[in-house]
Amino acid sequence: MDAPPLCPECDAVVYIPVDAMENELLACAECGSELEIMCLRPLELALAPEVEEDWGE
Amino acid sequence: MTRVSILGGSGYTGGELLRLLHFHPQVDVAQVTSREQAGRYVHSAHPNLRDVCRLQFVHPDALEAADLLFLALPHGRSARGIERYAALAPKIIDLSADFRLNSAETYRGWYGEAHAAPDWLDQFIYGLPELNRERLRGADFVSGVGCNATAVNLALLPLVASGLLERAAIEIKVGSSEGGNKPNAGSHHPIRSGAVRTYRATRHRHRAEVAMTLGADLPIHFAVTAIEMVRGVHLLAHCQLAKTLTERDIWRLYRGRYRVEPFVRLVSGRVGMHRLPEPRVVAGTNYCDIGFELDADGRHLVVIAALDNLGKGAAGSAVQCLNLMLGYEETTGLHFPGIYP
Repeated sequence: MDAPPLCPECDAVVYIPVDAMENELLACAECGSELEIMCLRPLELALAPEVEEDWGE
Repeated sequence: MTRVSILGGSGYTGGELLRLLHFHPQVDVAQVTSREQAGRYVHSAHPNLRDVCRLQFVHPDALEAADLLFLALPHGRSARGIERYAALAPKIIDLSADFRLNSAETYRGWYGEAHAAPDWLDQFIYGLPELNRERLRGADFVSGVGCNATAVNLALLPLVASGLLERAAIEIKVGSSEGGNKPNAGSHHPIRSGAVRTYRATRHRHRAEVAMTLGADLPIHFAVTAIEMVRGVHLLAHCQLAKTLTERDIWRLYRGRYRVEPFVRLVSGRVGMHRLPEPRVVAGTNYCDIGFELDADGRHLVVIAALDNLGKGAAGSAVQCLNLMLGYEETTGLHFPGIYP
């Protein structure tokens, strides 16, 4: 059984919806960090980039 | 049902005990005493309890036997009357400072007078469940906790237990209800309203409880400042760590200590307005919220804690202890959030 995914900020277990997709954004229930699913297999989470100049434009 | 009585029920702590106990499914409050208000209805002193508690205060001399007695008396009186109280009830929770310390000599050093019942000191267990849970189960005599001491103890316990704390300098901000319901020069409205008044920069009495809990040799210093707040304790501790850590290390450390604690919450968020603990969020509850922020050097850690001085800092902890002493689920009567905003 795979180890549960952990928040890269606070190490809390992060719940991943069964229909999650790559690049989807999630929130850590414990520290509130916004996380991005970088890869589904193997699962890889990263802190989502903070809003910055030109972000999303 | 457990039949309990409250000795000294007209003060703020007595009122908070009544509020909690009246909604405890296993407890029946039999008597509430007040020397000055004997004969008056309880809601005359605690207006929030109108139509909730229909008891009248009785004179302390009229106190009858009970299963458990709460002593919410001014400091010194519990010790002077302990023989009588122990004859009336097999279990006692004393919310004063009389039985918190484990040595009569230490008591004299901090309270400036000889202890009136030194032989009883080692019979009381310090009522901090997060530290003494197993000893509190089934105990007969339990002391309450100091509100400021509880904030310090809970904030620093994970660091001290793991040997990571080198020193801490702490600023504690407190509300006016810490001063009790007897007026004094410091509580006079022109003096107290709008105050930012440091009334103890060193040697606060609760330092003795911190030394007893965390160790007398650790350089932990705290100052206490009265601010414009009725209920609440806000602690901010600058901690020097023994080695360089990451934020994830701190999370692991605090989570490891408090994961199973029903009334300690970790509040250290990255988003939103309430990223760190704030007293008004826990007002009226038995929660202690703890958060932290690690400086860039990985050695300077700021720990922040918030609790309600009448809740987790007094009556709430006492009810939590009652649950442990009597074998009830530890959270009975206490598991509710505060109000917001």
